[in-house]
Amino acid sequence: MLHIVVCIKQVPDSREIRIDPKTNTLIRQGVPAIVNFYDLHGLEEALRIKDEFGARVTVVSMGPPSADKALKQCVAMGADEGVLISDRAFAGADTLATSYVVALAIDKVGKEWGPVDIVFCGKQTLDGDTGQVGPGVACRLDFDQLTYVEKVEHLDDSKKEIIVHRHLEDGVERVKTKMPVLITALAELNKPRRAALPGVLKSVRYQPVVWTTNDFPDIDRAKIGLKGSPTIVGKTWVPEPKKVDTQMLTADSTDKLANELLDSLFGTELPAKLGWA
Amino acid sequence: MAEERKKPAVGLQPENEVDWSDYRGILVVVEQRDSVAKKVSWQLLGESKRMADKLQAPLMALVIGHHVEQLAHEAVYYGADKVFYCDSEELKDYRTRPYSKLCLHVIRQYKPEIVLFGATYTGRDLAGAIATHLPTGLTADCTQLDVNEERLLMASRPAFSEKMLATILCKQFKPQMATARSGVFQALQRDETRTGEIITVDPQMPENEIATQVLEFIESTQGVNLEDAEVIVSGGRGLGGPAGFKVLQELADALGGVVGASRPAFEAGWISHDHQVGQTGSTVRPKLYIACGISGAVQHTVGMQHSDYIVAINKDPEAPIFKIANYGIVGDLFEVVPALAKAMKSRKKGNPQGVGAVIGDAVAAAQSVHN
Ligand SMILES: Cc1cc2nc3c(=O)[nH]c(=O)nc-3n(C[C@H](O)[C@H](O)[C@H](O)COP(=O)(O)OP(=O)(O)OC[C@H]3O[C@@H](n4cnc5c(N)ncnc54)[C@H](O)[C@@H]3O)c2cc1C
Ligand SMILES: Nc1ncnc2c1ncn2[C@@H]1O[C@H](COP(=O)(O)O)[C@@H](O)[C@H]1O
Repeated sequence: MLHIVVCIKQVPDSREIRIDPKTNTLIRQGVPAIVNFYDLHGLEEALRIKDEFGARVTVVSMGPPSADKALKQCVAMGADEGVLISDRAFAGADTLATSYVVALAIDKVGKEWGPVDIVFCGKQTLDGDTGQVGPGVACRLDFDQLTYVEKVEHLDDSKKEIIVHRHLEDGVERVKTKMPVLITALAELNKPRRAALPGVLKSVRYQPVVWTTNDFPDIDRAKIGLKGSPTIVGKTWVPEPKKVDTQMLTADSTDKLANELLDSLFGTELPAKLGWA
Repeated sequence: MAEERKKPAVGLQPENEVDWSDYRGILVVVEQRDSVAKKVSWQLLGESKRMADKLQAPLMALVIGHHVEQLAHEAVYYGADKVFYCDSEELKDYRTRPYSKLCLHVIRQYKPEIVLFGATYTGRDLAGAIATHLPTGLTADCTQLDVNEERLLMASRPAFSEKMLATILCKQFKPQMATARSGVFQALQRDETRTGEIITVDPQMPENEIATQVLEFIESTQGVNLEDAEVIVSGGRGLGGPAGFKVLQELADALGGVVGASRPAFEAGWISHDHQVGQTGSTVRPKLYIACGISGAVQHTVGMQHSDYIVAINKDPEAPIFKIANYGIVGDLFEVVPALAKAMKSRKKGNPQGVGAVIGDAVAAAQSVHN
């Protein structure tokens, strides 16, 4: 049976994040935590493969203890197991340190519940927003990576082959590769399902498996958390809001209004730059 | 290859203190398809030239592909002092393993202190793999780049849905790596009199070791490349349905632009996701952005607020989009947009007053007779 791992992260709902105008810092209080939007598309694709071919779906997340809610949500949707990798020592990790720990965890998941064929990650997170953790994990596991996937066209579970469509700026690439493989999911991939009753019932009592540094005897402590992160945040600032003197245009007919706008635009450098002149 | 996979590469980071002093210069990894370079590659060379001069270090470029010799020369014309260039059949299409192996080889042999990639799908895929292998720090999606007296790359990027900017540094490792957005930096004027050294590099991975195969590339016909567009006419929930985009398309055609959308327009199935602007869509910086029937929620405006000129057309005078617009029109987009398209078309025909205006007035007059 196929074994699929889905990497998810609990992130603050960025709709709710505001900037404190006095201190210019982020107000995180009261900001609800959600499962990163793209990760749910990864989970949905794993569940579709499970529905069609039969598969074991294990969800993995590195985060604080409160992230167990995110894993329970995934179990409610249909995941078989959730693993929370949680330890104070992991805090402050950048993408390099995160991919190290997540890759170690996936390796361990493979040892506990069978070799892993596919890993799904999201395209990127709403908070980290780099899309670097997926390629990092693939590289450490020595899996082939297929990023920005918008469609799984074909999957052969006996030959362990997969054909996907990768989204690029100027088109779509059909790519074939052998499992094991790591895929990063775009929103176009699918529409995440709502949790159905059996899953919801299972999730109520469900407690995710929790692993700390002690569960990884070979872990290199120099490579985790803040200390293991090569990138550091130098300074942060709130960009000056763009100051615009909005000019509201009015006229007694729509056509005059249209020409008034064009007159204004033709009075700028736009016609020269855009070749209208 | 699949049979003899290595164990997870746990021992990635250098064991002891490393002397990085022989790492010098800036390397830009040039991205191409079918021997045509992505604009962002030359833009990065332009920005890097300024930094390389500050560092008094060479500016280098890496060109990978098949039939790409001309691009090696182009890289010189756009400012590179030294170009590494690898031309081989198996490198025709981008694939992570052979490309990253080649980049790693060049980085280890020629030791640049900074390596930059375009923050494209391919650039981000490649940079993420390389940074992990080296290992080193990688900053994603930068919109500002600079170097300081300690030769540190100050890579700045938007954070928390563009509400903040953060400068990221990497002090411990070399090279310092970043991906940077398209359309933000200026390319140098192409100059065929510039000279530079071109160094041929051998491919590092034979085809039979590469599991991934690119079966085909389907160029998007109705899809758009918003990031490179100079004019975008965007529609939101106010369009009321897919037909509204036909109206916008006409204006976009007249202005030489493309059509964009807000998230609800995509979610309702009126248009495909590659048209979506905003936090969960594309970040765009066109010269002109016309928002039609879009209220101006922050998740939308983070993706378009840096456009040179913004025009907003909305029925609701209180719509927040007007706060960031240079020009605002309170009105029904189904009247204003066709009128604009018509007026623009007649101006392009060489009638600055706009024949459209005259015809439009005639129609209005005719209607008032009937009323
Ligand atoms: C995590 C997250 C990510 C998101 N990402 C994005 C994103 O990437 N991009 C994005 O756009 N949104 C995004 N959103 C959604 C965002 O919050 C807003 O809901 C959305 O931008 C609103 O779209 P709209 O302006 O088209 O619709 P509305 O807010 O409903 O505005 C419609 C406007 O049309 C006007 N109107 C109606 N009829 C007419 C007419 N005939 N003529 C003229 N004007 C008319 C109305 O006055 C109104 O102002 C995201 C939300 C979340 C939670
Ligand atoms: N802490 C984490 N735990 C598990 N998966 C993660 C974590 N951080 C990132 N990921 C995965 O990597 C993807 C890209 O994240 P990022 O590089 O932060 O944009 C996410 O969509 C997740 O699938």
